[in-house]
Amino acid sequence: MMADKITLEIARYSPEHDQEPHFQSFEVPVHKEWVVLDALNHIKDTVDGTLTYRWSCRMGICGSCGMMVNGEPKLTCATFLSSYAKNGEKIRVEPLRYFPIVRDLVTELSDFLAKLKKVKPWLLPKDEPPLAQGEFLQTPEQVDRYKQFSMCINCTLCYAACPVVGLDPVFVGPAAIALAQRYNMDSRDQGAGERTAILAHPDGVWGCTFVGECTRVCPKHVDPAGAIQQYKIAAVLDWLKSFVAPRGA
Amino acid sequence: MEASSHDVLMVGGGGAGLRAAIAAAEVNPKLSIAVISKVYPMRSHTVSAEGGAAGVAKPDDSLDEHAYDTISGGDWLSDQDAVEAFVREAPQELLQLEHWGCPWNREPDGHIAVRAFGGMKKRRTWFAADKTGFHMLHTLFQTSLKYQPITRYDEWFVTRLLVDDGRVQGVVAIELMSGKIQTILAKAIILCTGGCGRVFPFTTNAAIKSGDGMALAYRAGSPLKDMEFVQYHPTGLPFTGILITEAARAEGGYMLNKDGYRYLQDYNLGTPEPKPVLRCMELGPRDRLSQAFIKEHEKGRTIETPHGHVVHLDLRHLGEKLINTRLPFVRELCLKYQNIDPVTELVPVRPVVHYMMGGVSTDINGATPLRGLLAAGEVACVSINGANRLGSNSLPECLVFGARAGKTAAEYASEQKPASAAVLAQALDEEKRLEAQYLHKVGGRERVATIRGEMQATMERSVGIYRDEPLLQEGTAKLRELRERYADINLDDRSRTFNTELESALELGFMLDVAESMMQCALHRTESRGAHQRLDYPNRDDERFLAHSLVYRNADGTSRVEYMPVTITRWPPGERVYGQGKEHGEAVAAKRIR
Amino acid sequence: MMNEDAGKSAPGYTPFHPRWYRPHVSVYWWLGEWHYLKFILRELSSVAVAFFVIETLFMLSALHEGPEAYAHFQAVLRNPLVVLINIISFLFVVFHTITWFNLAPSAMPVRMGGKKLPEALVAAPSYVAWVVISAIVCWIVLH
Repeated sequence: MMADKITLEIARYSPEHDQEPHFQSFEVPVHKEWVVLDALNHIKDTVDGTLTYRWSCRMGICGSCGMMVNGEPKLTCATFLSSYAKNGEKIRVEPLRYFPIVRDLVTELSDFLAKLKKVKPWLLPKDEPPLAQGEFLQTPEQVDRYKQFSMCINCTLCYAACPVVGLDPVFVGPAAIALAQRYNMDSRDQGAGERTAILAHPDGVWGCTFVGECTRVCPKHVDPAGAIQQYKIAAVLDWLKSFVAPRGA
Repeated sequence: MEASSHDVLMVGGGGAGLRAAIAAAEVNPKLSIAVISKVYPMRSHTVSAEGGAAGVAKPDDSLDEHAYDTISGGDWLSDQDAVEAFVREAPQELLQLEHWGCPWNREPDGHIAVRAFGGMKKRRTWFAADKTGFHMLHTLFQTSLKYQPITRYDEWFVTRLLVDDGRVQGVVAIELMSGKIQTILAKAIILCTGGCGRVFPFTTNAAIKSGDGMALAYRAGSPLKDMEFVQYHPTGLPFTGILITEAARAEGGYMLNKDGYRYLQDYNLGTPEPKPVLRCMELGPRDRLSQAFIKEHEKGRTIETPHGHVVHLDLRHLGEKLINTRLPFVRELCLKYQNIDPVTELVPVRPVVHYMMGGVSTDINGATPLRGLLAAGEVACVSINGANRLGSNSLPECLVFGARAGKTAAEYASEQKPASAAVLAQALDEEKRLEAQYLHKVGGRERVATIRGEMQATMERSVGIYRDEPLLQEGTAKLRELRERYADINLDDRSRTFNTELESALELGFMLDVAESMMQCALHRTESRGAHQRLDYPNRDDERFLAHSLVYRNADGTSRVEYMPVTITRWPPGERVYGQGKEHGEAVAAKRIR
Repeated sequence: MMNEDAGKSAPGYTPFHPRWYRPHVSVYWWLGEWHYLKFILRELSSVAVAFFVIETLFMLSALHEGPEAYAHFQAVLRNPLVVLINIISFLFVVFHTITWFNLAPSAMPVRMGGKKLPEALVAAPSYVAWVVISAIVCWIVLH
């Protein structure tokens, strides 16, 4: 029989009052449909209005609600209380790892946004045909080549999982590289050359040691680790080819 | 107080806001363009749209047919000049998105694939798997990154529009990160903040859909239009509001009341067959299904759960294999977000609020009567959706009117003088108000969540699927009481850094204003049309009400309702009926088109 | 502008200037989690691979020098400590091989019929080849 209450230990930090984060415990009811996010909402609405966190869609598509739950990066809208309650565990909720903490469970994302922009995540076709000419033709097979990498919701769980991000803040990171690959592999894009400088770089793909945690925690099965390794191979082949035929030939 | 200034400012960074920003940047790259959003743009609610975006694409289709479907679906409350412009520009906008990289689904030969969608008589819905809104939003966001003139204010919350000399001149906004209150001046402002589903308790809408832009315009003196028209989707999960797509019923799902009985057969929707039949039973029109739910509820035949009354969607007889191949997303959503397995369990569903046809009143270019203020997307009411929106029209609406508003705003801004100093005084007043009413307030006794819950219950009761005068009057009085109690709110959170409780309190204030406007529009429209159904006035009344409701805010927080005629160009009002009658009504109307 | 909380602020906080907390990443980050530890062990397994390469070079060198040198080499190999090292290294090399085979398909996706093949299917031939070649080598050596 599942317990009908469960304890949440939540990381609190208010820069106006605290020097560093500390934990605070709350007891919440367990309902079959409740996820960790519902527990947080319950606490904020009825117990402590100062509890601060991000959320929006409640269905795993907006990417706002990522947090560390018992040491694992998770979307809190997709993490059921019952899966912890049935083992009699407590639930420890902390902000995503390897990001600066603004307050309570809110992380600072400007660095991540800057990295996304650095990889030039927009279509760079060879020329821009007028709309009157219709769509770029792209077969379902060509769409399938990059489709997986286009599913990223920017939830940054992969950054919280990657030890390289933690140890080397300049590392561009899994989501940004996967997004760059999404465009590199899009048959309509010819901008791979413009992305080389940032990707084939010690802070780009060469910073990755294929720990593979990013792929394991990704809630949308984007497989950023795969994207990075695929780019590594492509970059090496490109480099070898440049001896045989100079770039641009 | 710090003040920054731009030429064009978009409030809201979703589909409409980003499209408008790009359009303005393309009109004049020398303009200073800013997008201010209370969340990062990729969190905007556009991201959750699944079905698709309609745009005439195939040779067997025509703009007139798309227009007619939209106008008749809207029960003839759509402005036909706007609809004609919309259907003409929709395919171009969708194509532009393709040129920017949107991964539309394709036919084997590489051309764009289109599919059928409820209410559309031809296949014209473009789609990107079952995550069309997600792909559109991310394409727009990523494309917007390459435009240098666009500055973004991420996680800034706009609290007020600044109006002086008869025109809008800027906004006051809180930078959530630091708590700093700042003025942002702009020569043209486009509201792109989306709808207001959160004034209801059961909604597909995300937490952020609190009608901010509608309230901002309303408080600034710009009218809202057609606020009584609220679209329900008949099958949503009761707790999370997650939408269970029509496809689940199209594949053969049954809807059962508490006795396990397929109750739709009692409501003129045909007789139950083991396999689904188009436009019968579970595949009847959405509003009829939602209305049937209400009637079952009144008869006491719905199932009570801790999260409200529901009926059951039974997919168990379809078998695991079919569900995994044809409805994998339905199964995934139920399992991952509400811990229910449709293969073995009955899925609780009920009608949930999905879309607001009404909003900030604009013309065909997105301009409101208030100079300098425009609006686009779900927050606006042009109106193309009339009394009832067709599925897959709202995504292209964001693009078409976002682009129009962006262009119009850019051209307008190029001709304006910079803002006057008088508005800076207004901004200081706003800052003092925020501190006095919320941050430094002493002695309040109400919690945000309590008032919000009561407002939502009131709206569901009085402005739900069926309305009548007594309930609307009761709702009006209750909202008045809630507005008074709102003044007595006490926040636990008095800090400045990322104060989301303050944000919820401000959103609640917006929602109370929007709720008031909806209640009054519903009260004054004494007819039934599209999504607005009055038990006491069950028929459509084209003589008096072939008009848009315009609601203005009075100084004391109450409102007044006026009417503005609908623009009819080529399609005179016909009957919106189903079954045999529908064909007849269409044949009559078709003759008139020719 | 007055900050009502000024007297109660934590030291180091300036009103309206966000003070982010930056958690320190420990030098022992890899002990904190089983997945990280598995990764480090995987990387360390390359040491075992190198060890076997060197051991093989020594064996070849001993073979080259003649039967006495080779007998001495075999005697060293029978030392219990050396046996233990070899067993541990062998386990690491097996771990190294399995993780390599499992990760390779994500670095080199194979596409057939317009879709990406499942990674397990792409990894399978490597395992099959491993077993077959090992069987052949065993047969040659033991005969």
